[in-house]
Amino acid sequence: MKKYVCGVCGYVYDPEKGDSEGNIPPGTAFEDLPDDWTCPVCGASKDQFDPED
Amino acid sequence: MQPVEVKKDIYWVGAVDWDIRDFHGYTTYQGSTYNSYLVKDQKIALFDGVKKGFELDLIHRVHNLGIKPGDIDYLVVNHLEPDHSGGLPELIERLKPEKVLCSPMGEKAMKAHYHYQGWPVEVVKSGDTLNLGSRTVHFLETRMLHWPDSMFSYLAEDKVLISSDAFGHHWATSERFDDQVDQNQLMQHCAKYYANILLLYSPLVQKLLAKVQEMGLQIDVICPDHGVIWRKDPMKIIQAYDRWSRQETVDKAVVAFGSMWHSTELMAKAVADGLIDQGMSVKLMNLADNHRSDVMTEVLDAKVLAIGSATLNNGMLPWVADFLQYMRGLKPTGRLAAAFGSYGWSGEAVKEITAKLEEMKLELVGEGLRWQYVPDHEALKLCRELGQKLGQAAKAG
Ligand SMILES: [Fe+2]
Ligand SMILES: [Fe+2]
Repeated sequence: MKKYVCGVCGYVYDPEKGDSEGNIPPGTAFEDLPDDWTCPVCGASKDQFDPED
Repeated sequence: MQPVEVKKDIYWVGAVDWDIRDFHGYTTYQGSTYNSYLVKDQKIALFDGVKKGFELDLIHRVHNLGIKPGDIDYLVVNHLEPDHSGGLPELIERLKPEKVLCSPMGEKAMKAHYHYQGWPVEVVKSGDTLNLGSRTVHFLETRMLHWPDSMFSYLAEDKVLISSDAFGHHWATSERFDDQVDQNQLMQHCAKYYANILLLYSPLVQKLLAKVQEMGLQIDVICPDHGVIWRKDPMKIIQAYDRWSRQETVDKAVVAFGSMWHSTELMAKAVADGLIDQGMSVKLMNLADNHRSDVMTEVLDAKVLAIGSATLNNGMLPWVADFLQYMRGLKPTGRLAAAFGSYGWSGEAVKEITAKLEEMKLELVGEGLRWQYVPDHEALKLCRELGQKLGQAAKAG
């Protein structure tokens, strides 16, 4: 599963860790995050994220 | 309007705003400053601009250094918020700098603010450097501290950190250095700044402090973009940021409330009594009289938050909702909380406050306490017991 980077603040979503603040369990792929999920650091929406290179 | 020497060939050339009282909803009872720094070397660099309307303060100080605007080669823009960038169009027009330097996110923000054409913008990233002759500027992006574009500029040879909004405070003074002002007032202004601007980014502050340590940055002087320069004791503010960003609290409670006919106010006083019984220091703050940014400053190191509201038109008072909305965004963590309030017939306020506190993931103590109309002795005893319970829980934690 690929990591994704927030284009606004640089936060990296790691599917292995999930996002405890947003109640996203470890093992959740970026693609499977709910549409209204937002960056836990800056609040940017999902479409601001790009795959990590 | 004289420049002030910070270190050899490094000058403060900013502006003091004695008049500002409202900084986007943050009360600045004692004004602010917009700090700008000029470094004279084989190349001349200016770090950060000033707010629109203060350009001439800056230009006159530079003039008094014997430097013509056209002599300035580089303009470094560490942060695009208009209090520092509002003067950019006029400055770039007058200075005609060879380069305008900013972070990658800074370039985006600069375009979105000024819709410019033909500015000689050059993007620098963390680790990039700028040679001025006998000294080198090192750039460090500090994204979301407190905007995506925020950046530090570090003068390695001088051990001077130009820190943008970090380590700053809103306080208009004739003094320019930390050792020239009252220390308690200084730290109070810094606490207000942290609580109202940076608290929500505390996890990033922790990371940044760790990174600065790991990089082994030697810091003699911190030059923030607001307030006095830390030349005597830069560690004082770094240590305070470490405490605040770990959200360290003391045995202190903020009892913040809104009342209509003094009933919720009576309840608030009784809750405060119970907290005092347990040896807690208490700030009793009527939200009709205290500005949200001042309440937030007290929340910064308070272990307990007791929030009260009367019920108006089936909901909490709008000025209580105002504060809760504001506090929620600033993300205080690891506090104990409780709700209380008097009501007439329906009494939704306590439930609404409780929901907000839960949303903020604060630890609720006891059930929310509601009382119809005017509290009697029995009701006030219950309020005092709630305060005691909160105090006991705080002491136990
Ligand atoms: Fe700012
Ligand atoms: Fe600022």
